[in-house]
Amino acid sequence: MELFANQVLAGIATGAIYACMALAVVMIYQAIDHLNFAQGEMAMFSTFVSWQLMQWGVPYWGAFVLTVAFSFAAGIVIERLLFKPLAKAPILTNVAGFIALYAIINSVAGLIWDFTIKQYPTPFGSSPFLGSQLISTHQAGMIGITLLMLVLLFFFFRFTRVGLAMRAAASLPESARLVGINTSWMIALGWGMAAAIGSIAGMMIAPVVFLEPNMMLGVLIYGFAAAVLGGLTSPFGAVMGGFLVGIFENLVGTYIPGVGNELKLPIALALIIVVLVVKPAGLFGRAIVKRV
Amino acid sequence: MTTMLNVKDLRAYYGQVQALHGLSFSLNEGSLTTLLGANGAGKTTTLRAICNMVRSTGAIEFEGKPIGTRSTENVVRLGIAHVPQGRGTFTNMTVEENLQLGAISRPDKKAIGSDIERMYEHFPVLKQRYTQQAGTLSGGEQQMLAVARALMLRPRLMLLDEPSFGLAPLIVRDLFRILGKINREEKVTILVVEQNAQLALELADQAYVIETGRIVMSGNAKDIANNEDVRKSYLGY
Repeated sequence: MELFANQVLAGIATGAIYACMALAVVMIYQAIDHLNFAQGEMAMFSTFVSWQLMQWGVPYWGAFVLTVAFSFAAGIVIERLLFKPLAKAPILTNVAGFIALYAIINSVAGLIWDFTIKQYPTPFGSSPFLGSQLISTHQAGMIGITLLMLVLLFFFFRFTRVGLAMRAAASLPESARLVGINTSWMIALGWGMAAAIGSIAGMMIAPVVFLEPNMMLGVLIYGFAAAVLGGLTSPFGAVMGGFLVGIFENLVGTYIPGVGNELKLPIALALIIVVLVVKPAGLFGRAIVKRV
Repeated sequence: MTTMLNVKDLRAYYGQVQALHGLSFSLNEGSLTTLLGANGAGKTTTLRAICNMVRSTGAIEFEGKPIGTRSTENVVRLGIAHVPQGRGTFTNMTVEENLQLGAISRPDKKAIGSDIERMYEHFPVLKQRYTQQAGTLSGGEQQMLAVARALMLRPRLMLLDEPSFGLAPLIVRDLFRILGKINREEKVTILVVEQNAQLALELADQAYVIETGRIVMSGNAKDIANNEDVRKSYLGY
């Protein structure tokens, strides 16, 4: 029983990484109705920017704020330059765009900062959290930040006019224009917010996985799995999905013989497929009721 | 009487296909005008061209200002509310959120709450369901919601695209009664596109008849309703 409890706790700790990333995934899905495959690379690049700032002597939280602001602006610029021209193109064209963006950002980061693994600091320290060896203060801090972002997003979408306009633009662009919403800018704003959230995810994840251009490869797939499990339409679901994927992954690794580190990634992929077949809206996603 | 909307030589295209062939008409301020015609005559296209949702040429003036080059959202922000065919309900949001969205481009945020209350007076059924997901409303209720959402803009001009479509006759009567009331009491100029010519002519004071992208008849709604030749050849009743 203690083994079980410990594994759940460790699962929550890894799950925090996925939850953080899943939040960014859901954000962009809300805005553009697609998954952005370059999301992880954008987060990685932002993390490098913050690392560079710290190398130049900017204190942690200063670098944190500057990076979030930079990422928000960069997200908007990427949308304006690359994806606004593709707004009316078929989905596959957009997907090609995402993959191109993925490759470009990955190579540029490698070019600027090379591929050696770098240490990344944490503001929360890395001592055991409340005396538990399974969860560190950094992981606890990461969970706290993720939950804080979740609460802020909830209030933003539920109680602000911009949040309402963004939801409208995402769900029914034509009707949104007919109530006077500039849908094109709402999409740009969605990119900016997703990039900002992604940058926070990156800065939280980097102390765990270490900083290098490919750090997000696995994390993004888990982030997708978490978002699909929780429901792509629900930020709350995405965070819960993240923790569940983390717990699930740990329990399977512990109790099913033969599943070691090598088979952990296929578990995430299998989870995506099972959820999509059994409950496509995810655990917390809003199934859209339509009367015809 | 002043002219609110003036449309001259409007031509609209879907790709290579021309849907409107030089349409001209005008709406007087405070009037309730209906645009009649058979399926495929170009009624919906006319409304879509006013809001710049389809490629078109020609001159469209709203209160003396040309609006032909404005984007859809900027046309709407002038005070032109458009209730589209199929109602355009935000089905995954609540009734109240739909109403708030109607007012989202308005600068005067303070009056929104009282306007929502006013909509509940016009449409009591919406009040009972204000926390309900709008997609779960019946067709008639969704049409009421669409009209209420459009009114939340405090429009000067309201364009309605076949509001009677798919509704039971009693509900259509109810809806048209409310439209007449809004036109009189809230001083909203209304252009309603209809296939249900008989009812629309009872409601409207002006009427245009459109056939294959051209205006073929215009005049006082009563005169058109009483002209048997027109009724038989264009309106089919």
